[in-house]
Amino acid sequence: MRFDLDEQQRAFQTAVAEYLEAECPMERALAAHEEVDGNADGGVPADLGIWQGLMQLGIGGMIVPEEHGGLGLGLLDMAVVAEPIGRYAAPGPFVEHALATLALVIAGNDEQRAMWLPALASGEKRATVALAEDKGDWSADRWTLDGATLTGTKHYVLHAEGADLIVVGLAGGALGLVCGDAKGLSISAVPSTDAGKRLSTLTFVDVAVEVLPVVAGARLVDAGAILLAADAFGGASACVDRAVSYAKEREQFGQPIGAFQAIKHQLADMALAVVPTVGLYWYAAHAFDTRDFIAASEAASLAKSHLGELYPPIARRMIEAHGGIGYTWEYGDHVWLKRALFDQNYLGSPRQHRLRVAELAGW
Amino acid sequence: MDLTYGPEHEAFRTEVREFLASEWRKGTDVAAFRRLAIDAGYLYRGIPRRYGGSEQAPDILRARVIAEEFARARAPAEIKGNGVQMLVPTLLERGAEWQKEKFVSDTLSGELKWAQGFSEPGSGSDLASLRTRGELRNGRWVINGQKVWTSYAKECRYMFALVRTEPDAPKHEGISYLLIDLHQPGIDIRPMKQINGGNDFNEVFFADATTPEDWIVGTRGEGWSVSKSLLKHERNMLGGIDRSEGMFNSLVGLARRATRDGRCAIEDMWVRDRLAALKGGLEAQRHSSHIQMTRDLTGEGGGLLQMMNKLAQSNYAAQVAEVANAILEDEALVSPIGNPHPGNERWVNQYMNSLAAAIAGGTSNIQRNIIAERGLGLPRERAA
Repeated sequence: MRFDLDEQQRAFQTAVAEYLEAECPMERALAAHEEVDGNADGGVPADLGIWQGLMQLGIGGMIVPEEHGGLGLGLLDMAVVAEPIGRYAAPGPFVEHALATLALVIAGNDEQRAMWLPALASGEKRATVALAEDKGDWSADRWTLDGATLTGTKHYVLHAEGADLIVVGLAGGALGLVCGDAKGLSISAVPSTDAGKRLSTLTFVDVAVEVLPVVAGARLVDAGAILLAADAFGGASACVDRAVSYAKEREQFGQPIGAFQAIKHQLADMALAVVPTVGLYWYAAHAFDTRDFIAASEAASLAKSHLGELYPPIARRMIEAHGGIGYTWEYGDHVWLKRALFDQNYLGSPRQHRLRVAELAGW
Repeated sequence: MDLTYGPEHEAFRTEVREFLASEWRKGTDVAAFRRLAIDAGYLYRGIPRRYGGSEQAPDILRARVIAEEFARARAPAEIKGNGVQMLVPTLLERGAEWQKEKFVSDTLSGELKWAQGFSEPGSGSDLASLRTRGELRNGRWVINGQKVWTSYAKECRYMFALVRTEPDAPKHEGISYLLIDLHQPGIDIRPMKQINGGNDFNEVFFADATTPEDWIVGTRGEGWSVSKSLLKHERNMLGGIDRSEGMFNSLVGLARRATRDGRCAIEDMWVRDRLAALKGGLEAQRHSSHIQMTRDLTGEGGGLLQMMNKLAQSNYAAQVAEVANAILEDEALVSPIGNPHPGNERWVNQYMNSLAAAIAGGTSNIQRNIIAERGLGLPRERAA
């Protein structure tokens, strides 16, 4: 019995955290928001530099099999490095690139894997995923795009502009590959609440597609849900830490505000909401790697709904604990609040994932 | 990540299962079964044989396997209550040899029941301000004062109590930990009626009650530190996952039985959403307990997670109560008190009982102080 990260996982997590501590202070996360303030240049990645730096550290190859230039690790290993990315609210194309890579790993044939995986692992090529169609259609069984060429619309596609490859969710829960510069594909930027996560609407008119042989759309959404849960755990933990350290420094009435029971109890409640939830994403990722589809899906939806729901109110309470300074743009608290709304709603809302839990639990 | 118990402990599980299959069935004499289970090394593992325990080397996983298998077979496990869970660990750590010999074994067997005499009308969260006095006269402590919220005092033969014996010492240093026979004329036990209609707890009045001079655990004035080890035991006791899981499973049962807008409540979207939310909270508690178990095994210790157990569990009971109440709707108008055949309205009881969890054994607000000050390092209250 060892329900904990192993030495290697802790080392990966520390390496990513140290990199982000040096390269992604709040000011850099905030800069992604500055850049987009006043224009709707949504499709272009906010800040490719951090992502490129992390790819150089090797995170792109973690889930890629060794024969294709990766480390051949599991989703748990990937999720434990997603946690510090969330903690620093790092802007950039992490989750969707990881998902597109995973799609090829779990659903591609040898040729497709050989063609794409080495370049995706190294970061030489960048990929994204196009899943939701109408509002709320994140579930693989709701996808409708079909046929030898694709015609239709995909919403909320991350960092589509400049992506080399787009993994598209197809009817029946299948997945297909579309080149980023494919004929008939148009990308229309959407102003994004979290400007570190730039969204677009993709319109397909007779676009060439290469279908992946294994039907793995539902499994891919599970993996994404787990990575977002890890991001949310990291982000919510950062909110608790920011609020606690401010309460230790800020003095009013001649003492640190953290000495007042009203503040102290709010901070204790925030920590209580966040700290004991780390196991939800660990277990979900472990179940994804080792257990059957139903058990893994239930754990993934449980982790996504629980962490997705708790993160926004934790971010709000952090801002409240800061008082006026927390409401200013340049102090940066809002970077986490906006990331919280992203983690909560991308790939399905807490409500949707809970209804899925209810169904899988046989209620 | 390795969620298996490993071959050695799975072999042990088989052994425990075989023992239970051959020795336990409904109707077996419980005391006799417990003696067999102690002989086999399954109960009271940390307690020396000479005091009635089974004296096994500490092994968290074996203890967990035993707990799981006894629960599965619905076999009687260790006796619960203040005596076994609070007094015995304290005696083993701080008691005199004769005290261990006299009290431990009969407490483990359930023959001796103990009341806890800590809280007083003026001393709740600020327990160290307690005023019940003990004066040494002619080789006996003479005790005067009052204790309150004393659960099951009517059924208990003895009490372990915090009593002020050094009135001139600073408040934490003037308290002694005394053992008191409740069956004597100087003690008056009066039941108090609770919000759920029960009267589990009592007021206990001392008017020149006495206890022998050597019925003290530790030395004079050491009672506060003697009681500290004991509060730690109680927190562990209240932090278990099993109770939360039991509550959650019962709630799912309620949702399957109750109706909502003319159909089964469990088919209602809001009910499904809330059940899944509570399942998330339950699984988070389970994973946290596994993390703590792992870190106990490696010696890292549970840290912040451990400080959160009590509050997490009492909050959970309150959340279950709220969802149950929302499922009951007008069935909550019917009282289970004095009702010979309560149906779903027995949940009105849980709705009230869940408040006891947030108050007993260190209130939720005191838990928040502990988390904030010891866990998050926030400045301490100005000492009172």
